[in-house]
Order: sequence, then C-alpha cells, then structure tokens
Amino acid sequence: MSHDTLALVWFVMLGVLLIGYVILDGFDLGVGILHPAARSDTDRRLMMNSIGPLWDGNEVWLVTFGGALFAAFPNAYATVFSGFYEAFMLLLFCLILRAVSLEFRSKVHSRRWRSVWDVGFFLSSFGAALLFGVAGGNLMLGMPVGEDLAIRQSVFEQLGWYPLLVGAMTVSLFALHGAIFVYLKTEDELQRQARGWIWKAFFVFLVLYLAATAATLAVVPRATENFARWPWLWIVPVLNVLAVANIPRAMHLRRPVYAFVSSSCTIAALAFLFAVAIFPNLVPATTRPDWSVTIWNARSSEKTLGIMLVIAAVGMPFVLSYTAVIYWVFRGKVKLDRSSY
Amino acid sequence: MDVEILSRLQFAGTIMFHYLFPPLTIGLGLVMVILEVQWLRTGVKAWNEAARFWTRVFALNFALGVASGIVMEFQFGTNWAAYSRFVGDVFGSALAAEGIFAFFLESGFLAVLVFGWDRVGPRMHFFSTMMVFLGSCFSAIWIVVANSWQQTPDGYHIVETEVNGQTAYRAEITDFWAMIFNPSSVDRLTHTLIGAFILGGLLVCSICAWYALKGRHEDFVRRCFPIGLVVAAVASVAALLTGHDQAEQVAVTQPAKLAAFEGHFETGPAALYLFGWPDARAEEVRFGVAIPGMLSWLLHQDASAEVIGLDAFPEEDRPPVWLPFQAYHLMVGLGMLFIVVTVGSLPLLRGGRIYRMRPLLWVFVFLVLGGFAANQAGWVAAETGRQPWVVYPGEQDGVPMQGLRTADGLSESVTAGQVAWSMTMFGLIYALLFMVWLFVFNAKVMHGPAIEAEPPPSDTTGEGEGFLGAAALLTGGGRSLTEVREPRPDEVRERDEADERTRGSDRGSDGGRAGGSDAGDASDAGDAGERPGGGA
Repeated sequence: MSHDTLALVWFVMLGVLLIGYVILDGFDLGVGILHPAARSDTDRRLMMNSIGPLWDGNEVWLVTFGGALFAAFPNAYATVFSGFYEAFMLLLFCLILRAVSLEFRSKVHSRRWRSVWDVGFFLSSFGAALLFGVAGGNLMLGMPVGEDLAIRQSVFEQLGWYPLLVGAMTVSLFALHGAIFVYLKTEDELQRQARGWIWKAFFVFLVLYLAATAATLAVVPRATENFARWPWLWIVPVLNVLAVANIPRAMHLRRPVYAFVSSSCTIAALAFLFAVAIFPNLVPATTRPDWSVTIWNARSSEKTLGIMLVIAAVGMPFVLSYTAVIYWVFRGKVKLDRSSY
Repeated sequence: MDVEILSRLQFAGTIMFHYLFPPLTIGLGLVMVILEVQWLRTGVKAWNEAARFWTRVFALNFALGVASGIVMEFQFGTNWAAYSRFVGDVFGSALAAEGIFAFFLESGFLAVLVFGWDRVGPRMHFFSTMMVFLGSCFSAIWIVVANSWQQTPDGYHIVETEVNGQTAYRAEITDFWAMIFNPSSVDRLTHTLIGAFILGGLLVCSICAWYALKGRHEDFVRRCFPIGLVVAAVASVAALLTGHDQAEQVAVTQPAKLAAFEGHFETGPAALYLFGWPDARAEEVRFGVAIPGMLSWLLHQDASAEVIGLDAFPEEDRPPVWLPFQAYHLMVGLGMLFIVVTVGSLPLLRGGRIYRMRPLLWVFVFLVLGGFAANQAGWVAAETGRQPWVVYPGEQDGVPMQGLRTADGLSESVTAGQVAWSMTMFGLIYALLFMVWLFVFNAKVMHGPAIEAEPPPSDTTGEGEGFLGAAALLTGGGRSLTEVREPRPDEVRERDEADERTRGSDRGSDGGRAGGSDAGDASDAGDAGERPGGGA
C-alpha cells in the first residue's frame, strides 16, 4: 500500500475506533446522565449494575483511540491534546470521578455517602458527554492553529454557542441511547419508567438534532464540500434520518432491540458525518486554511502505518471476539447478586 | 515556577501515583493464577475462597490503575506535545499495541473474573484469570519497550520534516524488531516484572502475617502465606541477578546514568558506595562508605578497570546526581533486605514455625511498604538518570542520531498557569482517591476472606484500629465490584419482611418495593430483596 492509502486507511480505522467508543461508552454515559431520574436506591443500583461489567471495557476504546491517534497522526494528537488542555483535563477529571463513583458508592450503607457518589456519577457522566460534544463542535468550526501547529486558546473561547449546542445534542443522544439500554436490561416498574425517559430524551434530541443540523449548514459551509465531491455520501444522512425515525417506531412496536440498533446507527452516522465534514483535515485551521492539521501533514511514516495495520489486523479480531464473549456472558436482565455494586 | 518544572512535577506525580497499582495487579495476578490452579486441582473450597479474596483486592487496585492510567496517556499530548510529535512514530505504535493487545484483554476478562463467579464454570473462570494476568504482563511489555526505546533507542532514524514552512525533526521506525528488542528492553522488562512479583508476594505475606498476629483466618493464612513467601523469595533473588545484568548493560549504553547512580565523578577505577551524600557541585560524595574498586570489579571482574565518570560528559549533558544516587541505593538496599528476610524465612515454613514468630510476622506486615518503595525508587532512578534527555541520543550504523532534551519536549501552547491549575485539581482528586483506596482496602482486609463472615459488631469501634477500623465496620453492608458477602441474619429477616410487603401490595406500584417513603428504607428493602447467589 502507498503512504497515501495507508493514511486514508488509518483515518478510517480511527473512525471505526471512535464509532466503537461512542456507541459503547455512549450508553453507559447515558445511564449516568439518567441516574438522578431513578426513584429508589434499588433502581439506582440496578442501573449502575446494568453497566457494571461493561463500562471499563468500553472506556478502553477511548484509550485505544488515543493511542492510535498518537501513533498514526502524532501531529494531530499533539495539537488536539495540548490545544484542548483545560477541556481534556476536565474530561480526565470526569472519567476518574465516574470510575470512583461507580466503585465506591456501594461500599458504605449510608444515605449521605451514596447521594454524594450519585451526584458524582451524574455530573461526571454529563460532563464527559458534554465535553466530547464541545470538542467535536470546535473541530467542526475549525481552530486557531498556529504556524507551529499549536493552538493557543483558552477553554472559555472554546465554549461558543455552536460547540455548546453540539455538546447538548451529544448529551441528549447519549441519554436516549442509555434509556433504551436501561429498558433492555430491566423489568417491571423501572422498565416502564425507562420507556418514559426514552420518549422524553427522544424529543429533546430531535429538537437539538434539527437545530444542530441547521446551525451546521449555516455556520460551517465547509461541512458539505465533500458531499459535493462524492455524491454517494448522501446515503449516510439519509440513513441517519431513517435511523432516528426508526427509534419511536421500534418503541411503538415494542421492539427495543431494534430501537437500540437504531440509536447505535444514529450515533455511528453522526460520527461518520463529522468525519466526512472535516476530511481530509483532522483540525481545520481558522487562521489560514493551509495551516490546517491534515491526515497528510500529521501522519506517521509509511513503515509505521504499515506496522500498525498489521498490529490492528492481528489484534482487532481478538478484541471483537472477546468483547462479544463478555456481552454474551452478561446478557439478559440485570439482577442484583452478591458480586453486584 | 516555570512551565517546565511544573510539567515535570506533574508527570512525576501522576506516574508515581499510577505506578502504585500496576505492579500490585501484575503480582497479585500471578498469585490468583496459582490459587485457582490449586482449586481446580484439588477441588477444595478453601482455595476458591482464597482466590475470591485476592480477586477482590485485585479488582480494587485494577480500577485505580485504569483511572490513573488514562491520565498518563492523555498527558503525553497535553503537556508534552513537542515530545509527542518527535516520538509519535515510534512510541505511539507501542502505546497503540498496548491498547489493542493488553487493555482489551485485561478489562474484558476482568468482568468475568469479578462478576462472573456465578455465571461461568470454574474452567472458564480460570481461563479468564489467566487472560487478565497475561493482559497485565502484555501491558508491561509494551510500555516498558516504549520506555526502553527512549533510554537506548534502536531501529530508527531521525527525519527532517517540514510543516507550514517550518523545519522539525522526528524519529521514525526503520526496523520494528530492532526497536522492540533495543539493547535495554529485555533486561528492563524482566526486572520490572520481577519487581511486580516481589510486591505481589509481599502484599500477600503482609496481610496473612497480620491475620496470623491477630489469630484470624488460620486456614487461609496457611494456604496463602507460603505462596506469597515463595513468590517473593524467588523474585527477590531473581531481581538481584537481573539487576546485575542491567547494571552491566547501563554501563555500556548509558554510562552517565550509571555514574550518577554510583556517584562516580572521575573516570577511572570505581568504588561501590553503600550509602553517601553526593554533591554534584563539589563533584564528591560526602559521608560515604564505599568498597574501593568494587564497581570496577562487578562490571569487569577487575578492581582497577576504568569506569566512565561524569567528567566524561559536558556539564549540560549530565544527569542530576543526588536523586538518582539515593533512589538507586534505596532500591538496591531494599532488594537486599527482601532477599535476607524472605529467603531466611523459607525454612521456617516447615511445621508452621513462622506463624508463632511474632516479631518476624510484624516485619512482614510492614515489608510490603518497602516493596512499594523499591518499585518506585527503581523507576525514579531510571528516569532521573536519563536526564537531561527524554529520548537519548543514539547511533545507527555509525551515524550519530540526535536525542531530544526533556526541556524541548514541552507543549508549545501550554502555560505555567494552566499546568498549575490542573495540578491542583489532580492533586485534590488523587488525595481523595488515595484516601478512599486506603479506606476500602482496609475494609477488605478487615472483612477477611470468608464469604460467610461473622458480622462485625456494630457498637464497638474496630478493635483499636482507629479511624480506618471504625470505618471498615461501617462497610459491613456494602456490595461492590470487589466484595462478596452473604446477607447477615438480620438482613435475611428484613428480606423476608420485604418479600411480604411485595406480595402484599400491587406488583409494579412503587410503594410495593419499599415499605416507607424514606429513601433509606427503600435502600434496605431493596438490598434485602435480592436473592443471594441469584442472577444466573
């Protein structure tokens, strides 16, 4: 494979890792966002335990995405991580707080102790989802990349209305995805409640999705350039709309698995559209278009990209097979047992 | 303080915090594998209980290892962007391989390990334990390889790149296997893994010794203590041998580092200091006790052989001396102590004599702290001894290759204020995390291995164990990732009452699941409503 093909392949691979991450961690972040809506301690425990064996593995997709970005496009990794310094520190804070809240909530039988970790679990899940959206929104808009590829911008400058809108949409989408997951994993009253959350989250998401789409078309003209070049790409937004529309249909037909597949497809489609909108940039520059960090000027050497492809080809089948095994072992409705949180 | 010092401190702080946990999980992983083998081989339930206990301890440490590990991965990019651009082609691929080969394996099978006791058969559980242990070793392999490449780079060349009209240099792989098997990676990897086994063995010894002193869980102690002791003893001796190999290798590949370790300022025959207080400015070691010619003899079997001293390097290329010297000597000293105590105790296992030797048991209770300190000190020596380089200058086919100074690896855009702010935030959350870790860890040890443990008396304050002991009692009712417990008799009663209530009211109405409107009541009834061992 040529160097250019390898760079393209790795752009796609990163997309796959990103989609894997947002679909998988999306539902467990969503469960955290919905956490305060649960009425009793048992319901909260059921919700936490529905993601108990899974969230840790889901987060590994993010770690691997980070490692792959570092290896395949070191300049992009360096630019993005140092450019979003405060935002990413807050994200790390959220991820740590979330892990700790999940781990330690059940350790002490006291209302105050548990409510502290309940708040921690909610805030960290909400915060992480919002920050992912905000980062995505900023990358859509483009960032003030300097001549040396560095971004000098504070977190407050990164909290414009458009990134916040994308952030809010992400939060609502994860909440929707999480609500469908809770519906799948629970029974009786909690399941009935989850049905209510699905509808609420769906309408909030629908409004924000339409608003974000309109806003993107208005303020990011670059977003549709690639669609003009490759018209077959239009199939993705069409599928996206169908997937969104299929969620209420599936719920109406009481086919929650289809609804979950549909919300997964919605997430995948949005991540795909994001990738198409910025391609071939990884960080579009607002300073001068030719200062953008692209897959061409950020990539690693041909040799390294080739080696990494071999590593991925050897490793990913294993990853997928034991991910499948784990989800199979923990299939079915969540029950509280003696190894539960 | 400037951004360089702050970023160095932040990196040191976060990596040292992180490195409390991975060696524990690697070492305990080995112990868990041994225990599950015993269980599968003999079918004795006590082995299973022991395996479950260490699994709970393992899972607690694993959770913190993951949480603090993500910070490490992000930090390369956030604080050290220039470094990331320089090494990404090489270091990044090792890191990505770690993610793909190690992290997925560990975190996936950890779920089975912890939550799967009642869901999968013993063989599948054993397989999962093996996979988690293997995953933690893979993880060590890739990250130590990546770090070793920075110490003794190989299989690469430095390439000039041009972006936006600006020239930059970066390392690119030319030979993958030469990069992986660079001159120091095998030595450093075995030494790192052995250090982890020492720590795992010593932790098992520590907890068992404490139980023995308190007269608790005698059967458990007699099963686990010998395993911990043998692991620690074998690993301690192995650490000496691999350590010696490594010193010989460092003498060749990083002579400045070895000179700093030993406070060897002038090229010539070198003494071996037992301890001392090196003064880099005066170029001498104060208050030192040394064996003349010993270092020369160890390296070359000739007490008058020449060893390169710090004077062979221009001042700007010299590492600091005091810190690597002390960290290195602390590690070596502790290593010698481990050998003496653990190997010396092996004969005492016969007939269980050791369980009656209270002073020695107390030594074991605290020796694990030395295990933590030795693992940390070894890395402090390795990393500070590498300075001022983050990537050592090297040579490929006779052509010198430039290195990267740590000071040149900083992020272009990040300011001291930003680092100070994030350090404060992480300082706070790590302090909190550490306290909660101590608290839960202590609770697990207090709770002990038995699944059907006696309920702790709720009206006393923890047998004089102070705050942590008292706090541990509070956790008697906890359920968690890392805890397995049968309900107490009073909970069983509550459960029956709760079931009564459930049957007595409309199914599905919210009031049906909890007798009262109070959330606390709901919690009790909810907990009690579960079926022990259910959920299959």
